[in-house]
Amino acid sequence: MTLLASPAVRMGISISIATGLYGVSFGALSVTSGLNVWQTMALSLLLFSGGSQFAFIGVVAGGGSGIAAMSAATLLGMRNGIYGMQLNALLHPTGWRKYVAAQLTIDESTATSSGQTDPAEQRRGFWAAGIGIYVLWNLFTAIGALAGSGLGDPKQWGLDGAAVAAFLGLLWPRLKGREPVAIAAVCAVATVIAVPFVPAGVPILVAAVVAAVIGWFSHGRSDEGLEPDVDPFRERHHGTHRAGDAGPGATG
Amino acid sequence: MSLWIWLLIACALAYAWKLVGYFVPARLLEDPRMSRVAGTMTIGLLASLTVVNTFATGQSLAVDARLGALVAAAVALALRAPFLVVVLAGAGTAALLRMLGWN
Repeated sequence: MTLLASPAVRMGISISIATGLYGVSFGALSVTSGLNVWQTMALSLLLFSGGSQFAFIGVVAGGGSGIAAMSAATLLGMRNGIYGMQLNALLHPTGWRKYVAAQLTIDESTATSSGQTDPAEQRRGFWAAGIGIYVLWNLFTAIGALAGSGLGDPKQWGLDGAAVAAFLGLLWPRLKGREPVAIAAVCAVATVIAVPFVPAGVPILVAAVVAAVIGWFSHGRSDEGLEPDVDPFRERHHGTHRAGDAGPGATG
Repeated sequence: MSLWIWLLIACALAYAWKLVGYFVPARLLEDPRMSRVAGTMTIGLLASLTVVNTFATGQSLAVDARLGALVAAAVALALRAPFLVVVLAGAGTAALLRMLGWN
């Protein structure tokens, strides 16, 4: 069987293109929020987790300190540890593959893999999505960063509005059901209350603590909030694939 | 220069999170509390980042063209537009509102 005949590989490639493309918006926003092209590339090559990367530049753009940006990005990266546990149980990578797989462990590669039922397909899906997204995300980050640095005044192009839209776009797929919406609302209010009283960047960490306390004491679904930004099963929503309606945690 | 340091620490910690998952015993996965906290924190942080980027300028709150971007993005998302279209809708709306004189 050639690789392209594998449904998991085909899904991995299409999710790679969809996810990689929005690397353009990350690259452009990053350079206009005050990072240089090399810092922008370092985030995509080394940190490689869309939400955390947007969080880092979002805090810097709002005038927050480096330590606040680092903290927000790190707290947002915690879910990748959960994905790592799921993928380790699914794929059992050994030796050096474990260390490479770790770097490719993100929302989309986890979702592509854990949505498959056949173990060989789970493995193919993970690597196809992981490698594909890594290559395209970095390529499009570079394109966005180079284009963004020639733009001049970012406000004139509405790039601060683009950041707002990007964060809402990342949040949106995770608002399935009443409890996630309530958590989002409570954290939004906590943020607004905190803004005038603490340094820029810190309100985001206040919201993180509020959310963590809610998660610790609540009894909601254990995979709440662990949905991919771009759902690999989206086109199959009306089909027979059950995983299309669940996050990666539901099947993992 | 100090931004570089925090940036590299963020990269190292992001990799540490990912790697830790591959080395903890599988039975930890059975405790739903950790994954629930990871999930609620993801929601809380993204909601907070959305609000900060919409209303905050340093330590003050303001209602300006960015609110238009938020509404446009919400409409695009409700219409199931792809991520990149959502971002462009936000940028276009903010730019347009500024051109019309609403900062």
